[in-house]
Amino acid sequence: MSTLAIFQLLPDRASDIGRSVDFIFYTLVAICGLVATGICLAIVVCCVHYRRGSPASRKEPGIRTLWVEIGWTSATFLIFLAIFIWGAVIYFRMSTPPPDAVEIHIIGKQWMWKAQHPNGRREIAELHLLVGQTVKLIMTSQDVIHSYFIPAFRTKQDVLPDRYTVQWFTPTKPGAYHLFCAEYCGNDHSRMGGWVYVLEPGDYARWLAEQQPTESIVAAGERLFTARGCTGCHGPNSAVRAPPLDGIYRKPVALSNQTVIIADEQYLHDSILFPNRDITAGYEAVMPSYQGALSEEEVMQLVAYIKSLTAEKGTRR
Amino acid sequence: MSFATTQAALQPDTGEPNYLETAHTLRSWLLTTDHKRIGILYMLSITLFFLVGGVAATLMRVELATPQGDLVTSTTYNKLFTIHGVVMVWFFLIPSIPAVLGNFVIPMMVGARDVAFPKLNLASWYLFISGGAMALWAIIRGGVDTGWTFYTPYSTLYANGHVIAMVTGVFIAGFSSIATGLNFIVTIHKMRAPGLTWHRMPLFLWSLYSTSLILVLATPVLAITLALIALERAFGVGIFNPSMGGDPLLFQHLFWFYSHPAVYIMILPGMGVVSEIVSCFSRKQIFGYHFVAYSSVAIAVLGFLVWGHHMFVSSQSVYAGLVFSLLSFFVAVPSAIKVFNWTSTLYRGSIWLQTPMLYALGFIGLFTIGGLTGLLVAALPIDVHVHDTYFVVAHFHYIMVGGMVMAYLGGLHFWWPKISGKLYPESLAKLSALFIFAGFNLTFFPQFVLGYLGMPRRYHAYAPEFQLLNVLSSAGASILAIGYLLPLAYLLWSIRYGRDAGPNPWQATGLEWTTPSPPPKHNFVKTPVVTVGPYDYNTEDAEAQYRREKEAYVH
Repeated sequence: MSTLAIFQLLPDRASDIGRSVDFIFYTLVAICGLVATGICLAIVVCCVHYRRGSPASRKEPGIRTLWVEIGWTSATFLIFLAIFIWGAVIYFRMSTPPPDAVEIHIIGKQWMWKAQHPNGRREIAELHLLVGQTVKLIMTSQDVIHSYFIPAFRTKQDVLPDRYTVQWFTPTKPGAYHLFCAEYCGNDHSRMGGWVYVLEPGDYARWLAEQQPTESIVAAGERLFTARGCTGCHGPNSAVRAPPLDGIYRKPVALSNQTVIIADEQYLHDSILFPNRDITAGYEAVMPSYQGALSEEEVMQLVAYIKSLTAEKGTRR
Repeated sequence: MSFATTQAALQPDTGEPNYLETAHTLRSWLLTTDHKRIGILYMLSITLFFLVGGVAATLMRVELATPQGDLVTSTTYNKLFTIHGVVMVWFFLIPSIPAVLGNFVIPMMVGARDVAFPKLNLASWYLFISGGAMALWAIIRGGVDTGWTFYTPYSTLYANGHVIAMVTGVFIAGFSSIATGLNFIVTIHKMRAPGLTWHRMPLFLWSLYSTSLILVLATPVLAITLALIALERAFGVGIFNPSMGGDPLLFQHLFWFYSHPAVYIMILPGMGVVSEIVSCFSRKQIFGYHFVAYSSVAIAVLGFLVWGHHMFVSSQSVYAGLVFSLLSFFVAVPSAIKVFNWTSTLYRGSIWLQTPMLYALGFIGLFTIGGLTGLLVAALPIDVHVHDTYFVVAHFHYIMVGGMVMAYLGGLHFWWPKISGKLYPESLAKLSALFIFAGFNLTFFPQFVLGYLGMPRRYHAYAPEFQLLNVLSSAGASILAIGYLLPLAYLLWSIRYGRDAGPNPWQATGLEWTTPSPPPKHNFVKTPVVTVGPYDYNTEDAEAQYRREKEAYVH
């Protein structure tokens, strides 16, 4: 975190999962270091002890080499399997965001990061977080593939155009940490970064109070839902037959091609921008595409609004 | 001096001119079908490309000595790392050992007069330099800034520059790879000398055979992938364009389906060279010959199944990530077996620390480090953090440069007497090897630390706290550069001023050492007959003989 220092050897750790990642990393470094040292030592010792002209015996050892081979092959295989399993367990946890995580929307574009908090507060090149609060980032790109990388959290996820990707973390240590773009994206790739500020509750409350946003993400989505004509078909008194959206989030949807899809953020995004991709069974393909008419930010707000519609008509989560 | 070996008899010296002396015209070189001359044509071409890629790397490392981007503009820097990657991968590493040492040595090692298709061999060189010329033209005309990986949609929709020319250059050169692989497969299958059964073949042949399988099967996928980039750019087809219903991730799958096996194309030949050198300079049968031979085949096969480990954070599914991670751990096992076997070969050997042996031992150490860090990146949670950072850069440079380039130099020194008929200056060569080893480690070890700290790759400017490690790395690069220039100089010098080598200065087994140095155009006057397995050294006798001769010399 020291922006003034010119030298650093070990990275800051500021997230919950970071402990598990560091543990497996440093353990493996130790083991691999031992193996590498062992091999190099064996080579050096042999080269000295058995250099030509030395008095050491060159008699064939007379052991069955097959058993040696099977031995070290099996041992290697089993150790590698163990490392895989250890890693897989941590990875599984990293890939499963808790359902109650606070959702922050991230949009990457050449060459900056935009963030929007649930209450509507926007940030550019920065991300303010409350220490101890689990956060899930829902991310998309406006142009090329980027990658949202916070080294101190040990998390990273590529950010793609027309695709929603997710990463989650629980910040554990207040401080200022680097945010880097980690997927080469053109000219100013190395400058597409910023700072993540993890704040104590008091500081976080102060930061929140600094700027009162006019509307939350969900409220923005609701406004757009009416303003852009979605209620024309999906509203209660519509003349056009359109699939109902109440409670649709995370529910299975039967499609006209006889498959079933789970209505996640990606499905909702695609239904708005590419409505002919997945047609709901029993409905006509009459929805117009909003590609070009809505920005990625607006789509995210609409998706957030639709997610908030519970099964009881008219009520919101 | 002769060491006890049951070796096929030396070929009779008929006084025939050697392959270098048969003709001196430019035409005789440019229209040659002699595998040895073609090997030399490749050697000269890839050296040129190595210099181009090396200049790009030098400029990059000078820029990276300071955190600000103050030497070149961002666009220029991005073009430099693209040039470095494209040239080093496709115009240096992929052809290096197969097209230079493979072409020169394989027919002689199997006891044949040439490869199976000599004219195809020459054609492969022309394809290589045509592709290379196209790539150089693209560079001179302003270059490309997509990275050697050409990820979409950046490369297809957003990048300026001569992308189509560059991918066309690589596309053409790919056919050179396919032709070379095909030639080697047929040569090894059909042209082995009487008595040279598969299990009597030197391990260099096993490695190059496995490499050739990959060359032939994987390169067409690259060709198609590059063609798709060109089509997308030229005609806006939309395969990788999400707003047209395409998928940018499809590109990554196609690209890495080739490019992962490609890294095994690059390393397997090096492993073959190391097997040859370690047994010769230990005067000992390689430990576990069958395991080493079949591990090459296993690496070639398994190498096709792990491409997704380049895509763990790309948004591919969690389950795909788990499968690719597991398979990546599997593919590491045969490599580990090789390292154990090489090290065990030294045990109770009679070790002669000549330059080729220094390079081979350096390979084993550095490849071990590079391979072990491969385990680290194969572990999913670690890769999430270090993907696209300098950790990965260090990992693959340990294998490609610490491994492969050192194996190439080792093989070059090992077979130099056969290729040129001369001995290179041994003390200077040893010094250069140490320079390269030291410079290499100083350049790339700090990058592991930088990567875990979080410094991303392809960064023109970086956070100030990363500077000290970058300065160390750049300092190492300058030592490494000197280390590489030395062999260039003294190998050239030795052609004119080196001592005559004689047929077998290393007293090595292998059919190539039964011919004069340099060999005549058709290698063998009498068809050799093989009666024993490879590396048929008798270590005890060799050691005893050496001690006797040392006594005799002293007295």
